[in-house]
Amino acid sequence: MVLSSSDKSHVKGIFTKMTPNMDSYGAETLERMFMTYPQTKTYFPHFDMQHGSAQIKAHGKKVAAALVEAANHIDDISGTLSKLSDLHAQKLRVDPVNFKLLGQCFLVVVAIHHPSLLTPEVHASLDKFLCTVGSVLTAKYR
Amino acid sequence: MVHWSAEEKQLIATVWGKVNVEECGAEALARLLIVYPWTQRFFASFGNLSSPTAIVGNPKVRAHGKKVLTSFGEAVKNLDNIKSTYAKLSELHCEKLHVDPENFRLLGDILIIVLASHFGRDFTPACQFAWQKLVGVVAHALARKYH
Repeated sequence: MVLSSSDKSHVKGIFTKMTPNMDSYGAETLERMFMTYPQTKTYFPHFDMQHGSAQIKAHGKKVAAALVEAANHIDDISGTLSKLSDLHAQKLRVDPVNFKLLGQCFLVVVAIHHPSLLTPEVHASLDKFLCTVGSVLTAKYR
Repeated sequence: MVHWSAEEKQLIATVWGKVNVEECGAEALARLLIVYPWTQRFFASFGNLSSPTAIVGNPKVRAHGKKVLTSFGEAVKNLDNIKSTYAKLSELHCEKLHVDPENFRLLGDILIIVLASHFGRDFTPACQFAWQKLVGVVAHALARKYH
């Protein structure tokens, strides 16, 4: 899967609009993922899963920052996320199926907060971008 | 049989009560065809699907989207009996339409995003959970009679 130049501009465009609230979008994405797909909580047995949890806020901020980095360096996502890719392969070993679940929840958050920006075309580009990020993060698994 | 808590049933009914089936159905199907273009393989007879604009404006897409979401309403009305509600449709999708059940999951996910965009913050995490569960159950029921 290749990100076309219009995919890239769609992604950059929507991320620019989302930047002011990205930290909270990251937290909300995780909260929704934990609620909608309870099996994803197995990776965070030590987390306080209550709404507003400081751990979810902090981790959401990290996840959001990584997505922003990838969007800002969209011509080289695998280079940009290389260290994160190593981390996921060697230490975290999150099953690849879960990146799709996170992606779905991120799209839901975008749809909730920026419905007019999430046109079908932008939706398609953002979905491709999230798939690409997931692929990069699992690329070194075996 | 799937177990639905009273809260889940309530969340599903409340959202469904406010859904414009024609609009949401059309939008969901259009987005499916745009975001996952390979799904267009089932709609060769629909005419112009050459661009997102063409897809969104295509009257056959709109009509079929409405038909699909109207059928979804049957699940909402028969939450305790979704398997038998969709038995015949499952056979149809297998024997006549030859649709890979993965497509039901894709459409379900798209529907969630369409609902989220329409309902905003009212589409709470609890709501998302109930609806994601519902689309999963529908997808499973539609795949059940495959052979």
